[in-house]
Amino acid sequence: MLELRHVSKSFGNKQVLQEISLHVANGEFVSVIGPSGSGKSTMFSLIGGLLEPDAGEIYLSGENITNKRGFISYMPQQASLFPWRTIIENVLVGQELQGKKDYERAEAMLERAGLGDVIHAYPHELSGGMKQRVAFIRALLSPQSLMLLDEPFSALDEFTRTDMQKWLLSIWEDDEQSILFITHNIDEALFLSDKIIILSVNPAEIKEVIEVPFKRPRDEELLLSEEFLQWKRKIMDVIQY
Amino acid sequence: MNTSVLKKIWRPFLAILLFIGLWEVATRLFSIEEWLLPAPSDIVMEARSVIPTFLPHLQSTVTLSVSGFLIGTTVGLGVATILHLMPRVRETFFPFIIISQNMPIIVLAPLLVIWFGFNALPKLIIITLACFFPIAVSALGGFTQTNRELVHYMKMMGANKAQLFWKLELPHAIPSIFSGLKIAGTYSVMAAVVSEWLGAQKGIGVFMTLAASSYRTSRVFVAIIVAMIISLAFYGLILLLEKFFIRWQQKGENN
Ligand SMILES: Nc1ncnc2c1ncn2[C@@H]1O[C@H](COP(=O)(O)OP(=O)(O)O)[C@@H](O)[C@H]1O
Ligand SMILES: [Mg+2]
Repeated sequence: MLELRHVSKSFGNKQVLQEISLHVANGEFVSVIGPSGSGKSTMFSLIGGLLEPDAGEIYLSGENITNKRGFISYMPQQASLFPWRTIIENVLVGQELQGKKDYERAEAMLERAGLGDVIHAYPHELSGGMKQRVAFIRALLSPQSLMLLDEPFSALDEFTRTDMQKWLLSIWEDDEQSILFITHNIDEALFLSDKIIILSVNPAEIKEVIEVPFKRPRDEELLLSEEFLQWKRKIMDVIQY
Repeated sequence: MNTSVLKKIWRPFLAILLFIGLWEVATRLFSIEEWLLPAPSDIVMEARSVIPTFLPHLQSTVTLSVSGFLIGTTVGLGVATILHLMPRVRETFFPFIIISQNMPIIVLAPLLVIWFGFNALPKLIIITLACFFPIAVSALGGFTQTNRELVHYMKMMGANKAQLFWKLELPHAIPSIFSGLKIAGTYSVMAAVVSEWLGAQKGIGVFMTLAASSYRTSRVFVAIIVAMIISLAFYGLILLLEKFFIRWQQKGENN
């Protein structure tokens, strides 16, 4: 699906990304973890075509999309909903940009996501967690088959966050979309992903790629299991060195 | 809703009544001459007798200011859009817009009369100019202050320049544009009346100068009050439109 080949990027004489190569398979959930300032968002801007890499190429389904826009769908850290649009109009934005609106499907998806009551509400009437749900549905409804999620839950409190993770899995596990997910929370990465990419800092290089063995569908029990804690320890060890 | 409006409005309303009452009493008590300061009752009497002859003037001024306002709004929005979409052009011309916004447009009037004569054109130009600047400046401000996160989202999603403008920057600028429209609405009536002083067949400005030169002060007051009412009516109309366009906005929230 998505492939980065030896992608490097510097700002001025500060190298941010060095020789990043990674791969996201069809329907795969891949997380990228690394400390803030390590260049994760920069990597997304490169994939989105907003920035030009100094070296390397980016491929999507075999097509070279380096410096090209419109091939991915995106969910930022702040929900970034349009305040003048109702919820249903907001989740249709991604489709509008690509030229084909499917109102019924959007309505059905919102119903399924537990947002049926707020379809015609405006964003300011929703809580932070609800807004993030809308932003996720918006990304999911966009026609692109790869979603980039940049720390989507980091602004939420702990309780809402765990709810959101379970909710996200319940929605996504019925879907065929691939996800590349940025976080700096190890629990979150382990709970959600099939694969975790650990970045180092200054410049960011890929330190290790970890295949997460947990079966799907996953539930909250997993978070407390011995196995989960062992994997968590393993990742922390990698980050430390 | 209605009772809360009443609650808000009764104090200023009472103040106005009190003011008018004092005015009436004072003019009688000190027997002030009508040509100097007419009593409110004199003004009302004058209004009742003069309104039929006044109507054509009123109509002429309203037509003039509405036309000027509409042209000024169109040109203002158009220019703001062009400047916004062409950053180089904006960098070149924006300082001039800011400077000329602070010039009293009316000083151009004699020049415009020399060039275009005593017809409607120079008046329209003045009103258009007076409306143009606040609208262009507020629209441009609205466009450039577009939420950066929303812009980033749109770009990541592959929006092109036109989509970015129509789906994000323009709707985002609506509240800002409306604050420009409100200023322009008031300016348009003022500019219309003042430009009529320069010479015209009809209009509140003409009526006013005629009345003033013959010391019919009550008439001058009638004209002033009517001009104020038109101005307020414009403002109210724009306010209503704003309510309709920005009904999504949270109460008390401005961004
Ligand atoms: N447009 C830019 N110009 C210059 N430096 C930038 C730019 N964008 C990001 N950076 C720098 O690159 C580094 C990585 O930033 P970022 O990708 O946002 O990190 P992360 O998302 O991992 O927290 C930071 O040190 C940041 O200051
Ligand atoms: Mg970031």
